[in-house]
Amino acid sequence: MYKKATVLGHTYSFHHLKEVMAKANEERSGDQLAGISAENMKERMAAKSVLADLTLGEIRNSPLLPPEQDEVSRVIEESVSTPVYERIKNWSVAELREYILNDETTGSDLLQLSEGLTSEMIAAAAKIMSNLDLIQAASKIEVITHCQTKIGQKGVLSSRAQPNHPSDHLPGMRVSLYEALSYGIGDAVIGINPVIDTTDNIYALLVETKDIIDRFAIPTQNCVLSHVTTQMRAIEKGAPADLIFQSLAGTQMGNESFGISIPLLEEANSLIYDKGTATGPNRWYFETGQGSELSSEAHFGIDQVTLESRCYGLARKFNPFIVNTVVGFIGPEYLYDSKQVIRAGLEDHFMGKMHGLPMGVDVCYTNHMRADQNDMDTLSTLLSAAGVNFVIGVPMADDCMLNYQSLSFHDIATLRSIFHLSPAPEFEKWLERAGIMRNGALTKSAGDPTLFMNKV
Amino acid sequence: MINKDTNEQIIRLKQHTPARIGVGRTGTRPLTKGYLSFRIDHAAAVDAVFGEVSEDLLRQFQLFTVETRFETKEHYLKRPDHGRILSEKACEVIKERCFPAPQVQVVVSDGLSANAIEENLPDVYPALMDSISANGLQTGTPFFVKGGRVGCMDAIGELLKPEAFVLLIGERPGLVCAHSLSAYMCYRPRKGTKESDRMVISNIHRGGTPPVEAAAHIGTIIKKMLEQQTSGVKLML
Repeated sequence: MYKKATVLGHTYSFHHLKEVMAKANEERSGDQLAGISAENMKERMAAKSVLADLTLGEIRNSPLLPPEQDEVSRVIEESVSTPVYERIKNWSVAELREYILNDETTGSDLLQLSEGLTSEMIAAAAKIMSNLDLIQAASKIEVITHCQTKIGQKGVLSSRAQPNHPSDHLPGMRVSLYEALSYGIGDAVIGINPVIDTTDNIYALLVETKDIIDRFAIPTQNCVLSHVTTQMRAIEKGAPADLIFQSLAGTQMGNESFGISIPLLEEANSLIYDKGTATGPNRWYFETGQGSELSSEAHFGIDQVTLESRCYGLARKFNPFIVNTVVGFIGPEYLYDSKQVIRAGLEDHFMGKMHGLPMGVDVCYTNHMRADQNDMDTLSTLLSAAGVNFVIGVPMADDCMLNYQSLSFHDIATLRSIFHLSPAPEFEKWLERAGIMRNGALTKSAGDPTLFMNKV
Repeated sequence: MINKDTNEQIIRLKQHTPARIGVGRTGTRPLTKGYLSFRIDHAAAVDAVFGEVSEDLLRQFQLFTVETRFETKEHYLKRPDHGRILSEKACEVIKERCFPAPQVQVVVSDGLSANAIEENLPDVYPALMDSISANGLQTGTPFFVKGGRVGCMDAIGELLKPEAFVLLIGERPGLVCAHSLSAYMCYRPRKGTKESDRMVISNIHRGGTPPVEAAAHIGTIIKKMLEQQTSGVKLML
């Protein structure tokens, strides 16, 4: 037996750290599907109590997936700063939580602390934090990144314009993008999910998005979210890409099922620095989401919160410009209802920020989940309070290609208005020049895509 | 905001995409009509997932019903693995009522959209039966699986040992269409069949792949499967 805890007169024993970590999670269908979740609320609380008392050193010394077996574990292990770790290794997880939430601890203190933390330690803290804890902690952290433009400043809420089309029809993509821009959306990135993952098509979409950026002199960056290898072939052929994209998993085997490895990411990294069109130092866009390792049977019995945190451990190696969890996309077998999606969205945002990442969230759901657009209103409001770097906008929240719902352009404009948040500074100046914003608010002309109509 | 001067241009823009553009706003919020129309489409999608296929429809096509281990709709959504396993009773009923080792086994399942079956079965099912016999092939005893996933064809394959299999199953609904059907086909589906051995015609509904056209296409594919004794990426079409 590894550890035990008594809750309300009943003693629960746990055999290893992996079991404690899984059972300490708030309830979610993915952990139940994997057969690793707590049996009931008391066992869940016993696991949280055991976890709260573990030291950070104990967590580091009981690897859930040994570095000798897994390259993601190696990246995380190699990233730990020894002097910072030595200072905190005797802290319990409870002390870590209280340090994070202490009002004398600033965001830059947290970023400094982060250098001594593994992804597993950050996940452990999240497991004993409430939703409001996760919001409060994340709201302290400012992560500014720079590709063509800078985003992430306090007081800024950026957005990805996602002008997808069910057959990658360029005029269709363009009109959705015009609609987005007319609401002030697109300062984080103009990012298209292609249907057809061929070099020629990715090339065409990169050229088209870059052409619109150049024609209207929009201070933003372009990206086409195909498999990284297709983007690499298009960039080799001269396609203009500010950012390069890839989805990440939290284990080597999970990444293999995505058709990637760390050496491949390193190769893509050299290429985007060598041949990318951006001027700033941050050139990557990563997406993640709880449950992907379980869906590819590459989870090793590790819970989906911890695995998600490990994705961020991998992401930080590449100093990305933007990272987002696609929180409600994976389906009800991993996150069943709005309560689970809201919790996961707040956890992912906090864990990403604690890794020092420019964290955004695709606030979204599928039609077979117990969730609706009101729940997205709730989660996006909570994330705005938490200081999320960016969210994703599609026309009226309905992505007509991926068949799921995210946020409407209206929703992002509304969040900015309620919380007194602005688009990224350079983008806001451009919106003012285009007559779409004035004094921090939309003008009468905003919301009309024909503003950009000189060429469809 | 959108004013009368640009209305005509907006109509032209909308022709380029099914996306909900040119919707206008009041303050930062969408206009009422567009908002409600979005919620109506979501309602159709949710009702398709949580709905049931009517007994009358199944009787009309003489399809008897068996169940997987899905238990409830909630359990079905949380445990896709249980939608691939037949209940004990289902195994007994199938063995008792079905013609064994048929050339082509046809099965219908609600999957993620009961509405897809309701809307499309009357068009696609008779056409599919005609298409199979027009290709000179024999079907076994068709039936309906409640709470099925695509992989349930492997469990049925183990019981009945068909040569070829056609599963008509409701797709995860989108807002554009909540009643889209898929036809999954496989040569000798059995325990351990690889996903890459299955073939699919998706988006079957009146506004997508027309049901009658899909039925004809399925017949052709099945015939080739039986001739080449394979399916999936290895099949030469």
